Amino acid sequence: MPDGHASTALAHQFEDLEQQHEAASLGMWVFLATEVMFFGGLFAGYAIYRNLHPAGFAAGSHLLNVTIGALNTAVLICSSLTMALAVRAAQLGRKKPLVTFLILTMLLGLAFIVIKLTLEWRHDYLEGFAPGLNFTFAGPNAKSVELFFVFYFLMTGVHAAHMVVGVGVLAMVLAMAWKGRFSPERYNTVETVGLYWHFIDIIWIFLFPLLYLIGGRY
Amino acid sequence: MLGHVVPKSTYFLIFGSLLALTALTTGMAYVDLGQWNTIVALVIACSKATLVVLFFMHVRWSTHLMRVVLLSALLWLAILISLTTTDFFSRGWTPVPQSWESSEVVR
Repeated sequence: MPDGHASTALAHQFEDLEQQHEAASLGMWVFLATEVMFFGGLFAGYAIYRNLHPAGFAAGSHLLNVTIGALNTAVLICSSLTMALAVRAAQLGRKKPLVTFLILTMLLGLAFIVIKLTLEWRHDYLEGFAPGLNFTFAGPNAKSVELFFVFYFLMTGVHAAHMVVGVGVLAMVLAMAWKGRFSPERYNTVETVGLYWHFIDIIWIFLFPLLYLIGGRY
Repeated sequence: MLGHVVPKSTYFLIFGSLLALTALTTGMAYVDLGQWNTIVALVIACSKATLVVLFFMHVRWSTHLMRVVLLSALLWLAILISLTTTDFFSRGWTPVPQSWESSEVVR
């Protein structure tokens, strides 16, 4: 048994606070390893079909808006900064900046989703680029372009679903932070949601060049 | 205090680098480098991901156990991508035996 003053910060199954903190982060890292496999399958499929249909994938890529893609990349990088600062505030036991940075992270995450929905997916749908719904692109390599848009909607859709989950979890963490449930001894929840949030950022860091940039914009 | 407290200035430096690399990769997409466009885009993306993992995700200060999990994830990803792509891209190297061809196929 740890000595009396260790208080409620330490759950009884752990030897000490250090081990408790490690266990929480390790659990999230193992989950993220499975997520690497999940997105890895999509990226492998994308690499193969891009090589089998280079012209159609380049044409499809040219139909996307690079400016909005780059803007959303910047929004996500800002949200990663505010998330890192939220974890830092939790480490130092500063409640007010923790709450502020969590709210900022959520707002930036929501901004990403809103930009994606209203300026991109809606536009792509209205232009007739949605495979299975209204795909009406009639240029050269139309079938390959359609395949590109299957990958585009699937990969950005799955990524956005992760963002929605992230914003939801952040809302719960925000409620816990508001109630003062975190301390420099126990902020595992903030740390692990931070790891998850940065992971989603990394996925977008790869999606942006692969979907929007490569394939000859010049 | 648990975990390594990173100075704010480090976070802002990484943040600035990530934005600069985003601008660089966007700009490079408009320069004709032939096949190298894809490689440049992927190298920049990998650099950005490395910065996020090392600093924002604290792997620079983490224990070996955490690094083993991360490296095993990357190893399995490498197996997934390399075995799948080598299969697809080496299919044309050897001819398909005549007996495997369907007589229905019109050449």
